[in-house]
Amino acid sequence: MSPMPDTILRVGRFDPAEFAARYAAPLFLLLLIAVFTALEPRFAHPLNVFNILRQVSISGLVAIGMTFVILTKGIDLSVGSLLALSGLVGAYVAKGGLDDRFALGGAATAANPLFLVVLAALAAGMLGGAVQGLAITRLKVPPFVVTLGGLTAFRGAALLFSGGGPISGFSADYAWWGQGRIGMVPVPVVIFLGAALIAHFVLTYTVFGKHVYATGGNERAADLNGVPTRRVVFITYVISGFACGLAGFLLSARLNSAEAVAGSGLELTVIAAVVIGGTSLFGGVGSIVGTVIGALLLGVLTNGLVLLNVSSFIQQIVIGITLVAAVTLDQFAVRRRQAQ
Amino acid sequence: MKPPILELKNISKHFGAIQALEGIDVQLGQGEVVGLMGDNGAGKSTLVRIIAGNFQPSAGEVILAGERVRFASSAGARQSGIEVVHQDLALCDNLTAADNVFLGRELRRRIGPFSILDYRAMARRAAELFSELQSETRPNDKVRLMSGGQRQAVAIARTRLSDARIVLMDEPTAAISVRQVGTVLDLIKRLRDRGITVVLISHRMPDVFAVADRLVVLRRGRKVADKPIADTTPEEATGLITGAIAVA
Repeated sequence: MSPMPDTILRVGRFDPAEFAARYAAPLFLLLLIAVFTALEPRFAHPLNVFNILRQVSISGLVAIGMTFVILTKGIDLSVGSLLALSGLVGAYVAKGGLDDRFALGGAATAANPLFLVVLAALAAGMLGGAVQGLAITRLKVPPFVVTLGGLTAFRGAALLFSGGGPISGFSADYAWWGQGRIGMVPVPVVIFLGAALIAHFVLTYTVFGKHVYATGGNERAADLNGVPTRRVVFITYVISGFACGLAGFLLSARLNSAEAVAGSGLELTVIAAVVIGGTSLFGGVGSIVGTVIGALLLGVLTNGLVLLNVSSFIQQIVIGITLVAAVTLDQFAVRRRQAQ
Repeated sequence: MKPPILELKNISKHFGAIQALEGIDVQLGQGEVVGLMGDNGAGKSTLVRIIAGNFQPSAGEVILAGERVRFASSAGARQSGIEVVHQDLALCDNLTAADNVFLGRELRRRIGPFSILDYRAMARRAAELFSELQSETRPNDKVRLMSGGQRQAVAIARTRLSDARIVLMDEPTAAISVRQVGTVLDLIKRLRDRGITVVLISHRMPDVFAVADRLVVLRRGRKVADKPIADTTPEEATGLITGAIAVA
């Protein structure tokens, strides 16, 4: 019996659309770095490099969680609000209440050990994610709607919880997580990169990671083959909530203050980072490496334009165009895939 | 008639007021290829889904290798050696062939406290299955880059992962080119040669007559024919499907 007659050999076949969709972000990042370094000597100074990384680390962490969600063809618009709420919950626990919410150097009044603070912030984030995940998987409400509701509701909850004002002035231990350094590297950067490594490992080498890609690629097929798709989708929203909790804690530590308005509009930056990093909004395609590159690209772009004294209005235009260009490439690649 | 591996006794299934199947008796012999035909809505897919554990019958019993069974889900049927090749093949285009073959039953190995995907073992096993099926599908190619025949091979390879006793194929030749149909029919013959029972649902008369040992025709939820393929003709089958011939 002869082998299949029409096996098509495609190894080494170069597809420009595929190549562009895949490598546009890293190439553009390198180009930006080269241009900024050439135009502005301060850009490549180690202090500035770490500055960029630190700025990127908070939104980058949230973007890692968002990557899981978008890979399953979902979206999480609630991240900014959830970040604010979990930061406040952590700060509340740190202070043991709202009585001396403005006391500086709160060491004297520190009511609870730091690990409880972190646990509380993470639990708040994961709970918020779990509630949304349940609504999406059990009640079958589209993720866009559920998390749009979350965007408003969690912000309202944060305002209600804090009475509108900030909770500020933490112990040195607390602030170290946002302001400290390990060697030269800011602590949030270490956490961001550590989280990226773990997330990359999970997506690439675990059954859960494979099921995330399968669910995003073809949910019905995954279902028929015994993938617990509802559980997979649910967990991705919990992961996103976890990332918000961690980021909320780190941001409050960095600012030495937790506020209900923290992270306003963060969802847009984060989704932009994920999408620019090559993760498809159509699900099933993307990576953590891409998301880290997307987050860095936005950080470098903003920082470089600031150093070059470009108006922040123009920065927004540039970022907007970059985002649309990234999605255009993705669309193009998708159409090519379908045509094949 | 070969010794039956699966018996359906007086199976009925209704969805609310709609009677999808009524009093169906079918026996599947070991290593037999049974062509299941019928018009749209005749109840073919319902019958297959009852065998595959997706649906539970409203009445009647399913007897697998002499034992009465009742599957709560497709996973239960799969554990008992019943595999399905779905009409649209149920493939994830964004994953590789090997990923798809092992989807839902991935191989893992332990590294310290972690249980990680054993990509090498899965690729090796998938390659063996593809060569067994005489398909040149490469395990690490993405499914979206594959031809219809290769995709078919990936879906069929899944059924060879465990010791399947029965393979249900829902319209396996509907979505592929005429050239590739022959390949799929060869695959079915090879499954049969290994003693595996195949149920072939098809609208394509030539396919059924090329590989099936027996023909079962459903019309409006009832069995109207069940006879060796040698004793019937495409003309009679068409008549049975459309109702021009009431029963045979």
